[in-house]
Amino acid sequence: MGKPVIATASLAGCFGCHMSLLDIDERILKLVEIVEFNKSPIDDIKKFTKPVDVGLIEGGCCNSENVEVLRSFRKNCKVLVSVGECAIMGGLPALRNSIPLKECLDEAYLNGPSIEPGERIIPNDEELPIILDKVYPCHEVVKIDAFLPGCPPSADLIWEAVTALVEGRPANLSYDLIKFD
Amino acid sequence: MTEIRFTIDGRACTAKPGQTIVDAAKANGVYIPVLCNYEGLKPAGSCRICTVRVAGRYMAACTQPVTEGMAVENTAPDLEDMRRSLIEMLFVEGNHLCPSCEKSGNCELQGLAYRYRMLSPRFPYLWPVRTVDATVPLLMLDRNRCVQCLRCVRGVTARDGRKIFASVERGARVTIEVDKKLAARLSEEEARRAMDICPVGAILRKEKGFALPIGKRKFDHAPIGSDIEKGIGR
Repeated sequence: MGKPVIATASLAGCFGCHMSLLDIDERILKLVEIVEFNKSPIDDIKKFTKPVDVGLIEGGCCNSENVEVLRSFRKNCKVLVSVGECAIMGGLPALRNSIPLKECLDEAYLNGPSIEPGERIIPNDEELPIILDKVYPCHEVVKIDAFLPGCPPSADLIWEAVTALVEGRPANLSYDLIKFD
Repeated sequence: MTEIRFTIDGRACTAKPGQTIVDAAKANGVYIPVLCNYEGLKPAGSCRICTVRVAGRYMAACTQPVTEGMAVENTAPDLEDMRRSLIEMLFVEGNHLCPSCEKSGNCELQGLAYRYRMLSPRFPYLWPVRTVDATVPLLMLDRNRCVQCLRCVRGVTARDGRKIFASVERGARVTIEVDKKLAARLSEEEARRAMDICPVGAILRKEKGFALPIGKRKFDHAPIGSDIEKGIGR
């Protein structure tokens, strides 16, 4: 039997959760020993090439591309984990949720103080993903199996959760590991 | 003075006449979670986090006085799950962005979520539209984080006893308003107390955010209520 396969993605996040995953210090050597990475920014594999055991999702859904990636993760991963506050509740991108989308776009592209006159245009190229009315937590888009809170979740929390998942044991999440900031 | 005998989850406890279940439990080293309750303020019984069961009936332990022979259920799994669901509801009903909140680490709502191991709420987020009032010199009022506990309404007063905060509207539309003239006269000390009375980050002392580093804040290492529980077995 091959090693358990892991895939990761950063949706509407800041890559801070991925940084925290890399922050496991020398345990990273053990990580490459015990798991194999598939689609992930860490190894730059762009497309799923085999079924994945554990999918780690950073960031919520702010546009149509995020939704598409998240759905493909759900389809290809046995266990899907929301990692960090943005994946769990939208996080800082969700600050826009109480502001109508048009007002956000107007401020960013039409009325912002740093916009050159004559360049006041809301980007609408068909290649661009469509922005959603709100930023959605991942579990409001697809079924999510586990949640790792934190901004970012500590390296210790990610390590404990990932090793527990690949070893098929319950994670030992002590009080100090569960924090929302 | 006569002593009232009662039990919490089968454990023998004593109370003074007129003492509420929450206060008597505390005196006996038992933690019953509270949010709208604050020492020194008249109990409001509005958040229901402290709900306990006595003889099959649910009651707010912060308002209910102990009676002789009362058998209080505090940690039954269904009660604890109900409390957890109340905490989750409060999280989805407001806009609680913990990573950017100055109260994070010292917030009682967050502390309760940590204690009850809330990894994510079971309810959909409502994203209500709420406003921020930063017109008072020493304080900022961020209604996104308000849980309508009314602790500020009950506890923050001017020197002549007039209330500085008031609730407007009812039910889900309740919002907190501040008397700007009275609030402008708050001293440094009184402004600090107003911030401390607020269980969440809705009332903040301006320019004093993030005073304590991560690791030194109230709920960084010990769950909310553990100070009370340390008295267990005394």
